[in-house]
Amino acid sequence: MNDAVEAVKALAIGFATTFKHLFRKPITEEYPEYKRPLPARSRARIILTRDPDGAERCVACYLCSAVCPVSCISMQSAENEDGRRYAQWFRINFARCIYCGLCEEACPTSAIQLTPEFENCENDILALVYEKKNLLVDHQGKDKEYNYYKYAGVATEVGKKGEHVKEERPVNIKSNLP
Amino acid sequence: MLNWIVGFTILIVKLGVVLLVLLLLAAYLVWLERKFLARLQIRYGPNRAGKFGLLQPIADTIKMLTKEDIVPAAADRFIFLLAPAVVATTALMMFAVVPFGSHLTLWGRQIPLVITDLNVGLLYVFALSSLGVYGVAMGGWASNSKYSLLGGIRGAAQMISYELALGLSLVPVVMLAGSFSIVDIVNAQAKYPFIIVQPFAFVIFMISAMAESKRIPFDLPEAENELGAGYHTEYSGIRFGLFFLGEYVHLQILGALVAVLFLGGWRGPILPPPVWLFMKMIFVALIMIWVRGTLPRLRYDQLMALGWKVLIPLALVNIMVTGAILLI
Amino acid sequence: MTLYAIIFYVLAAVIVVTTGLAITRRNLVHVVVYLVFSFFGSAMLFYLFGAPLLAVLEVIIYAGAIMILFLFIIMMVKTETFEERLFPFRQWLPVALIGVVYLVIGALIVSSAPGNQVMLKIALARPEAFGEYLFQRHWLAIEIISLLLLVALVGALYLGRKKAEDDI
Repeated sequence: MNDAVEAVKALAIGFATTFKHLFRKPITEEYPEYKRPLPARSRARIILTRDPDGAERCVACYLCSAVCPVSCISMQSAENEDGRRYAQWFRINFARCIYCGLCEEACPTSAIQLTPEFENCENDILALVYEKKNLLVDHQGKDKEYNYYKYAGVATEVGKKGEHVKEERPVNIKSNLP
Repeated sequence: MLNWIVGFTILIVKLGVVLLVLLLLAAYLVWLERKFLARLQIRYGPNRAGKFGLLQPIADTIKMLTKEDIVPAAADRFIFLLAPAVVATTALMMFAVVPFGSHLTLWGRQIPLVITDLNVGLLYVFALSSLGVYGVAMGGWASNSKYSLLGGIRGAAQMISYELALGLSLVPVVMLAGSFSIVDIVNAQAKYPFIIVQPFAFVIFMISAMAESKRIPFDLPEAENELGAGYHTEYSGIRFGLFFLGEYVHLQILGALVAVLFLGGWRGPILPPPVWLFMKMIFVALIMIWVRGTLPRLRYDQLMALGWKVLIPLALVNIMVTGAILLI
Repeated sequence: MTLYAIIFYVLAAVIVVTTGLAITRRNLVHVVVYLVFSFFGSAMLFYLFGAPLLAVLEVIIYAGAIMILFLFIIMMVKTETFEERLFPFRQWLPVALIGVVYLVIGALIVSSAPGNQVMLKIALARPEAFGEYLFQRHWLAIEIISLLLLVALVGALYLGRKKAEDDI
């Protein structure tokens, strides 16, 4: 008997809860009208950023292409007159991209970055193949200060550490003066 | 002969009107269910196609009609094609005995506002609803998929179990009205609706009706999260649409039956009788949707225990008590 | 030929054909489906003869409850397909002989009976009349049958329960 009373009470509470919901404003965010601001590090459309000097960050090292689990990144590296590598062409197939963010993690120069902008669907699947001109942007993305060449510090045939174009002198690690 | 032709024409017109209203209502019941359920869950529900999503049923219908009708290669073709038709037909035919008014007088002819007043009307409804089980069981078997088969078997077991409770819960109503004819049952409620004297029968009937129409908390034959969609997993396009239609027509029929058997049918002040019946049907449907929005699905053994150990004994006791009171 | 006669012959044909299909099909589920059609046809026939209660009970009990239990069992059993289409001669010879004898006797009875030219009057057996007839004239038989069913029910319960205890 006690069980029956308990059961009826439990049922009544449940029904009362749903009944009260009828008079609440729905919590739905209606998408095209209201776009929820996404966190800066949400992973969606991929961009190629530039360093603070305005030069391309990408050095065409193929790391992103290698790490990509669905092999959607391809590029061709080339060297310009001062011996720096750059991507002759750079292509991302967004129809295959799974937005895992591994390319961003692999990138040594912070060139390839994922942005929160996710509305990139097309009727024509070939329109989802983005070329370098579609990917390259005029800002630094999430990493505002980083400039790869300033800290590169590799001795080559052209010069020793800190002697390359736009490269800063290496930090003296034996001293803590600036 | 002329008389016969006029009578026949009237019958055809009535059939056409009822069928049209039933189908249209089935489509908009889906809309109502989605909308009301959404509000119970603090959502908006469909609101894109037309104002308040009112064109959504039309969009859905077009989608179902134009989708590809797939018959799985391993399916038993004959039964696979037959099953959805059985479900939809039996559900639609049940409405033939439900009265939606007393009578209409047109050009000196009295037209009863019921398609046919069978003197075994109530049993006719049960007969059709027991045939409806075949659609579910055969659809599940013919698909030749384990999920469908499980859904079909569950459906068959559930529906025959709850049919007993459904039938027994109505025996007191028949005893009070003294007739199986639904028209007579409505007439017997001229003074007061039967829900006042038969609250237990009403509750048992509502629960069994929900189980009979396979709605959540009793939707084990479909059970999306265990069986895919149960007996209609393999169906697509218009055949799935027929299953869907059958389900919502069934919901209307049960709403109409509750209205007719317990709430006084088309009786009500001021408004015309069909409107009253319609309002009562919608009211019952809303309660069923509310239940759906509140309760989780029962486990299979709980379902069987509820049917056989609670509802049927309760219904039997109810019959005995009603009989004793009627004798005294 | 009246409308009723036409309906009668159509229904009779449906019943004969579906029953014939039911006993010749190899797929058990198809057998059940044809048998249900046959029962449904007989129910319509009952209705045509003015016994709506019997018609509805035929559908509820035979087509709706008993056959669904058959279907239930058959669905769970893996149906085996038999290769040979016909039974051996020895098995169907007696069936055929008895069938022919039956047909001859039936034809003789129909052609010689005095009442065969008279159309049956259209009568309507209301459920009340049916109930009164059954429960006032044959109450003893009904009580005996119900007792028998009760015994069967209790027996089934006993058997089921015993097994459950053994399992524990």
